[in-house]
Amino acid sequence: MEFLFDSFFSALLLLWSIDPELVEIVSVSLKVSSTSTIIASLVGVPAGFLIAFREFPGKRMLITILNTLLALPTVVVGLFVYAFISRRGILGVLDLLYTQKAMIIGQVILIIPIITVFTISAISRIDERYRKTAMTLGANALQTAWVIIREARFAIVAAVIAAFGRVIAEVGISMMLGGNAKGFTRNMTTAMALEYDKGEFVLSVALGIVLLTVSFGLNIFFNYVQGRARV
Amino acid sequence: MQRSWLLIIALVFVMLALRPVTAAEKVIKMSTTTSTENSGLLDVLLPEFEKDTGIKIKVFAKGTGAAIRDGMDGNVDIIFVHAKAREEQFVADGYGAYRLAVMHNDFIILGPAADPAGIKGMKHGSEALKKIAEAKASFVSRGDDSGTHTKEQALWKATGLPLQTQRTEIVVKGQKKGLTFMYPGGLGEWYLSIGQGMGKTLTFADEKRAYTLADRGTYLEYKYGKQPAVELDILCEGDPLLFNPYGIIPINPKKYPHVKFDLADHFAKWLVSPKVQAIIARYKIQGQQAFYPDAIPEAK
Repeated sequence: MEFLFDSFFSALLLLWSIDPELVEIVSVSLKVSSTSTIIASLVGVPAGFLIAFREFPGKRMLITILNTLLALPTVVVGLFVYAFISRRGILGVLDLLYTQKAMIIGQVILIIPIITVFTISAISRIDERYRKTAMTLGANALQTAWVIIREARFAIVAAVIAAFGRVIAEVGISMMLGGNAKGFTRNMTTAMALEYDKGEFVLSVALGIVLLTVSFGLNIFFNYVQGRARV
Repeated sequence: MQRSWLLIIALVFVMLALRPVTAAEKVIKMSTTTSTENSGLLDVLLPEFEKDTGIKIKVFAKGTGAAIRDGMDGNVDIIFVHAKAREEQFVADGYGAYRLAVMHNDFIILGPAADPAGIKGMKHGSEALKKIAEAKASFVSRGDDSGTHTKEQALWKATGLPLQTQRTEIVVKGQKKGLTFMYPGGLGEWYLSIGQGMGKTLTFADEKRAYTLADRGTYLEYKYGKQPAVELDILCEGDPLLFNPYGIIPINPKKYPHVKFDLADHFAKWLVSPKVQAIIARYKIQGQQAFYPDAIPEAK
């Protein structure tokens, strides 16, 4: 039990002294997870938009499948991507396995369903009258889309934040596709898993506290951005 | 009527769940290393032990560092690991009751058949590592504080190359404590410290066509017992420095009165008996002897 107190003070010490190893793993985490969140948003938001607005056969089924994918285990994504990029896989020649790129590929697959599903629900909630009003005022399809996205922006930003939270906290994909190589693909979660394996519980929990601190900082930032957007 | 039946069934389930472990069931907990577990030796030894004594052993396989940590926290009754100096320290610190030498196998330096650093056939492990470092050829390190990692660090020290250290300060029991990490340079470039078990390390080295240090048992398992087999060859072996002794240590009941010392003691003594030492000597992985008995070396 007492190691939890030690962990708290260790976290303070690590942050205070700007421990170089800590800086390294935090920056790997931020770089990989923010890249994958941006890519997934560029795919997921338009996809959610299209699914919400178009009527097509199998739409309900597609939404059900996407909802199911919210429960996608990271290990399954990891193995799936591994099968393609391993030296024996069809993309083996690209030498992607155990690189930051591989981690990003896995994380993007993991969170595209999250962003898509939440975008669909955000947009479905917008009153149909907005669309009609925009169109009667002479807006073209793109302008209409813009009006809707503006109305749904808080829910969409929330979806992106949730997706980012998912990838920055996941360990399965980072471990399987990144390989936890120190100074290269080791991020906060794989470092925590490693310190636990080594029996260094204090450092493991301290890293957890640092991760939460970093997420807290980011959320304050997002809050600020959202607040400004409202004005 | 139906409800009373349901009630009875629910009660039976509750009683089954709360049923105390019967006194006749003798179980001890053992933390050991992934290499012991992966070798398959325990699958032979533990059923035999249960047959002889009626004692069951629950096994938790992790790195040596974590296994020793389990012992220090009194989570298990006995540990079976391979990092001799640290084991002796563990006993000296009062956590372990005693240490018995059980057996040994050896470490080997593996690499791709192309052998870019040109170490094939070298006799000294440290000289081979030195050539790898000079060639800046990719080398995958366990980096997990395991027995294999401890051995690798000892070999790097023996190379005489200038080593770099990284120090992380944390607080333990209110005191500042430094954790140091030692490496030969090129961190994240050619020296890949991945902090994972032996099997994962072999897969990683295979994928990256890199060199690595492994225990022979796990290597044989991954080379001949798995599909697809790892494409790594033994490039350096036979150096006495590459020796890998395993010890068994029951947890000291003076430190942790709750441990089942009698049963753990029984297992430790059983492991070094002539009969079991002979079983260990006979144990083969893919047709090759995997371990050499140390308590009774003549048990062939």
